[in-house]
Amino acid sequence: MDFKSSETLVEHPAEGPRTEDELPDSAAAAVKVVIVGGFGVGKTTLVGSVSEIRPLTTEETMTQAGVGVDDTIGVERKTSTTVAMDFGRISLNDELVLYLFGTPGQQRFWFLWNGLFDGALGAVVLIDTRRLEVSFDVIGRLEERGVPFVVAVNSFPDAPVHPVEEVRAALDLPADVPIVDCDARLRPSSRDVLMTLMRYLHSLAVA
Amino acid sequence: MSDADEGWEDENPERLYVITGGRSGSSGKSASLDLVTLIVSKNSPKPGMQPEHATIMRLCHSPLSVAELSAYMRLPVSVLTVLLGDLLTDSRVVARAPVPPAQLPDRALIEAVIHGLQKL
Ligand SMILES: Nc1nc2c(ncn2[C@@H]2O[C@H](COP(=O)(O)OP(=O)(O)O)[C@@H](O)[C@H]2O)c(=O)[nH]1
Ligand SMILES: [Mg+2]
Repeated sequence: MDFKSSETLVEHPAEGPRTEDELPDSAAAAVKVVIVGGFGVGKTTLVGSVSEIRPLTTEETMTQAGVGVDDTIGVERKTSTTVAMDFGRISLNDELVLYLFGTPGQQRFWFLWNGLFDGALGAVVLIDTRRLEVSFDVIGRLEERGVPFVVAVNSFPDAPVHPVEEVRAALDLPADVPIVDCDARLRPSSRDVLMTLMRYLHSLAVA
Repeated sequence: MSDADEGWEDENPERLYVITGGRSGSSGKSASLDLVTLIVSKNSPKPGMQPEHATIMRLCHSPLSVAELSAYMRLPVSVLTVLLGDLLTDSRVVARAPVPPAQLPDRALIEAVIHGLQKL
């Protein structure tokens, strides 16, 4: 532990949470919910509207041996891909904390999913009816992994309005998977989405 | 607002390599850390510690999740968990594990979440 380290952090000590954002020492355990959807669908907006802290960004780096890429100098190259996720926090009571992670749904980010979905209570698939395609793969992937989810339709002004049953048919969703409309900019609406997920999880737990 | 497609601007693999001494976080104590594991320091940082270790200990005077630490320190989770592994081995911080997946979905837990959300 005595080796020389990067000086960046010495010169600019990392700022921690504002005093009012600190968790009490009684905080004993956390749970997480993942908000998944394509770019621009409103994940960060939803996280921000219910979070008690300004959304933060965490990052994960994946290094893989380059396969047939740029090997003109005959050396095996390593490529590293970095993915950022926005997240927020809700203190549910003195002991229990909920974290919400907004995660890109595109296939090239799936390597991230392993750690992320392990232990997640469930997921919200946020969709924009103008671009349903992105959601197909994501939904299939969640079903494969056995992650319970609900679908939230984010209402953009110029998006065609589809009755819930049309969305269900288009996404080929089982009858019991809840679908709700939402406006991710509004806290009550985003909270309702989370409530819908929790009631759904509750029904699964009872069954 | 940041878009999840963009990384932190100053991503520097060499810097990250130096911070961990080239180790990766896939084994030992680091392996059991989740994004929502809460980290709490047991005491204040000691002089002479690696700066990143000292920063973690300073930030975790109140509980902080691995994800929050990663955000505040602008370090990828894989790098951060290596550093946390050191501190856990030396018993300088404690990790409060997330509610274990095996218990999910747990009715009482879900009810606690619903109750908490109702207060929002
Ligand atoms: N009209 C409308 N705009 C929204 C809504 N949710 C998000 N937006 C806007 O859509 C854009 C993309 O949202 P963002 O949360 O960054 O998407 P992300 O890429 O999924 O994180 C932003 O300009 C938001 O203000 C919504 O419910 N209604
Ligand atoms: Mg975003």
